[in-house]
Amino acid sequence: MTLPVQDPSNSFLFGRLSLESIPYHEPILLATFAVVALVGIVVFGALTYFRLWGYLWKEWFTSVDHKKIGIMYMVLGVIMLLRGFADAIMMRLQQAMAFGGSEGYLPAHHYDQVFTAHGVIMIFFVAMPMVTGLMNYVVPLQIGARDVSFPFLNNFSFWMTVGGAIVVMMSLFIGEFSKAGWLAMPPLSGIGASPDVGVDYYIWGLQIAGVGTTLSGINLLVTIIKMRAPGMHMMRMPIFTWTALCTNVLIVASFPVLTAVLVLLSLDRYMGTHFFTNGMGGNPMMYVNFIWIWGHPEVYILILPCFGIYSEVTSTFSGKKLFGYTSMVYATICITILSYLVWLHHFFTMGSGASVNSFFGITTMIISIPTGAKLFNWLFTMYRGRIRFELPMMWTIAFMLTFTVGGMTGVLLAVPPADFVLHNSLFLIAHFHNVIIGGVLFGLFAGMNYWFPKAFGFTLNEFWGKISFWFWVIGYWFAFTPLYILGLMGVTRRMRVFDDPSLQIWFVIAAFGAGLIAIGIGAFLIQIAVSIRDKEKNRDVTGDPWNGRTLEWATSSPPPDYNFAFTPLVRDLDAWHDMKTHGYKRPQSNFAPIHMPRNTGTGVIIAALSVVCGFGLIWYIWWLVALSFGAILAVAIGHTFITDRDFHIPARTVTDTEAARSKLLARGT
Amino acid sequence: MSTHETHSHADDHGSMKTYVTGFLLSVLLTVIPFGLVMSGGLPNRDLTIALVLAAAAIQIVVHMIYFLHMRSSSEEGWTMITLLFTIVILVIMLSGSVWVMYHMNTNMMPMTGDM
Amino acid sequence: MTMTVDTNSTPQFHLSEEPHHPEGASTMLGFWVYLMSDCLIFAVLFAVYAVLGHSFAGGPGPKELFDLELVALNTAMLLFSSITYGFAMLEMARDRVKPMLIWLVITGLFGAAFLTIELTEFSHMIAEGATPQSSAFLSAFFTLVGTHGLHVTFGSIWLITLILQVLRFGLTSFNKRRLMCLSLFWHFLDVIWIGVFTFVYLMGMI
Repeated sequence: MTLPVQDPSNSFLFGRLSLESIPYHEPILLATFAVVALVGIVVFGALTYFRLWGYLWKEWFTSVDHKKIGIMYMVLGVIMLLRGFADAIMMRLQQAMAFGGSEGYLPAHHYDQVFTAHGVIMIFFVAMPMVTGLMNYVVPLQIGARDVSFPFLNNFSFWMTVGGAIVVMMSLFIGEFSKAGWLAMPPLSGIGASPDVGVDYYIWGLQIAGVGTTLSGINLLVTIIKMRAPGMHMMRMPIFTWTALCTNVLIVASFPVLTAVLVLLSLDRYMGTHFFTNGMGGNPMMYVNFIWIWGHPEVYILILPCFGIYSEVTSTFSGKKLFGYTSMVYATICITILSYLVWLHHFFTMGSGASVNSFFGITTMIISIPTGAKLFNWLFTMYRGRIRFELPMMWTIAFMLTFTVGGMTGVLLAVPPADFVLHNSLFLIAHFHNVIIGGVLFGLFAGMNYWFPKAFGFTLNEFWGKISFWFWVIGYWFAFTPLYILGLMGVTRRMRVFDDPSLQIWFVIAAFGAGLIAIGIGAFLIQIAVSIRDKEKNRDVTGDPWNGRTLEWATSSPPPDYNFAFTPLVRDLDAWHDMKTHGYKRPQSNFAPIHMPRNTGTGVIIAALSVVCGFGLIWYIWWLVALSFGAILAVAIGHTFITDRDFHIPARTVTDTEAARSKLLARGT
Repeated sequence: MSTHETHSHADDHGSMKTYVTGFLLSVLLTVIPFGLVMSGGLPNRDLTIALVLAAAAIQIVVHMIYFLHMRSSSEEGWTMITLLFTIVILVIMLSGSVWVMYHMNTNMMPMTGDM
Repeated sequence: MTMTVDTNSTPQFHLSEEPHHPEGASTMLGFWVYLMSDCLIFAVLFAVYAVLGHSFAGGPGPKELFDLELVALNTAMLLFSSITYGFAMLEMARDRVKPMLIWLVITGLFGAAFLTIELTEFSHMIAEGATPQSSAFLSAFFTLVGTHGLHVTFGSIWLITLILQVLRFGLTSFNKRRLMCLSLFWHFLDVIWIGVFTFVYLMGMI
């Protein structure tokens, strides 16, 4: 068959891009575009008016400081959360409306893009950046390091993630996004069923972001191995760092699989090969097999760091050492390895037969054991603790209650015969939202409320935080309990219209729940705004607002560029707690110059060129592909010829910074 | 941990002797399987396959030791741990995929093969 | 500096001087971890080949297509390039720039020879009508072997870059570290090639 690549009507200059590709005939997209453009113009104008471009470029975009990069990851995650949630609420409205002959308000081709974009954005551009952002910010501080092992690579990784997000967002207004679901399963995502640009946007968006994710995984992994403060051997590592270590192992060992399988899919689409086609010996189920070899570890990539956050929060706010630290570590390692042995439970119905299905069913049930052990550890940490119900602790308790239900429905789905009934139903949708919202998202909120004062020097507003918390938690249950019920009744996922009017009430309840969550998100944004307004009132001068136990609380809030004036010497697990209880005195003199890496714009430039290259590939603009790829190589090679990469913070600057902190501390007491 | 940073460079780079040993062993382990197959193979096909696979496995180890200078002690054992972990994942992935796909092809309508 | 901690006297909570983190102490491990992740890309391609390796779709199979003499020659090229890179590293350890550069150039030439032979093989197959589009087996074959070839290509570009680096800046610690990374990369590709010639070519011909 002839491929769209060979279509003679593609022009040399613009490939298959034409004015027809701009969706000006779609009122919803047009309105979205108008809003985005308006906000864009306002932001752009404001930045120009206040002359902030230079500041942003010098202090943030080109920064190699792990703290600033971590914050930028979080900002990216929050922005993309708004986009992903807009998709969610559109789906909920459509499904609540489309009954009794009504077609709802979304045409099929649009609705399919919406559910695909929702999944892709929430996993790759909300959960991943936020998890990576927290690890980036916290891990070097927790291990007493000045930065990550490869600071430039860190900046580059971030911008590649942004590049991927930009490619996905571009599809809103130029062409269209994939309609093939968040994992783009062939043959639907093949060139025959999806000849247009949607799947190509998906592929190149993920490939560009994937480079960033893999490199950041390597970076953090090596950082944890090599940069720990003296005395911090493996079993003295804070538990969040441990979970970050395992997460990054999973990233490094699973993202290559995604890269490879997407390359094969693109070869099918661009070159006409036969990996996942129906004819010529190709096998679409092989795609399903490989994508889940990546996909299952991926969910543990998201949840493990959140387990780490809960552990830190529980122990801090119970005022106790974490119960069963060692068992927690081993449970994490077990999960890391087991997560590679369960992938087939995503496609029991494929037909591999009883032997294969029972093996993967059993491994899946086994993986719930270490997870359960963790839950008991948290409960025992709280037991007889002096629990302070601050926001991070509230999120943690909500997690324990919510996640346990999600875990149980997961074990239920792990039984192959049950899965044959529930596969592809809304029950599954409810299950994974139960673990991802109840596990990952609650964890991210716990983490943000917990570490925000460290990053910015003032605590988050509690009133709005509580509003956000209650709307999120109650909204979650309203939105997804109906989906469990509908799933048990046999309603499948990704439906646009329904015939049976008796189902409508459940969808209306679910849409109501989504509305509550919308208020929760709004309250979160207000919480941040209000906190910034009142920052003087809520200033944290101690650097340790929660009476924390790990090293990140030993330094000021926000920490100086160099994190620690002197490299800490770790004598115990919970190093900062040990320091506080054994008469630690802040050093006031004898500071030495500190060696630091220099900022560089190479990461931004290569990521921008990658976006251009991806755009060319999506629209078959080959000259642009060749040009931008050549430019990427040239910039990368050129970068290796730059020798001026580091500098020293003079001892006097360190002395001044530390003296300023002493003053603050004196004011606080 | 980072108290002793003794860099034994001689060990990192190997020596003339290790490179030549590695090279000669590799040549041997390449010539044997190629010779076996190009000469038409042993009468016992399974034995040929086993020998070819064994030669490859040994040669990979030879490369690891003599060219890549793998030591259980380098980087405090982390290179070895990462290598072993990778091998575990690799084995799970390869054997798992083949197992899963073989069963699916057998149980479902076999469409691959010589069509 | 000692690390013994005496809990009775006033404990020490920080280093009194900057820890001596040697420049680039993490680089080698980081690069090794990258290689491991790259290895898993190849693992997927090998697994794909294992699954699709018999899906000929009525087209030609290994016995009609492969020329083991050419493969043996190619294997020799790669093996020679490995040992010459090793010699370059030995010269580097002794800080002898010129012989090192000569060995690097020879390595690059072997690499180029490998690529030329591989491309010849590919073009012969394509000329016979055995294209990546002909069958799933050939898709998997071209992708696996081609990905290895692409790695050798990037290795060669990197080699040229490093030769220029050394000519420009000499054997700085930066460049030594880079040469050691490329050394790992180059030998790693040879290890992958062992897998390729065994699983693809030899097993196909038995």
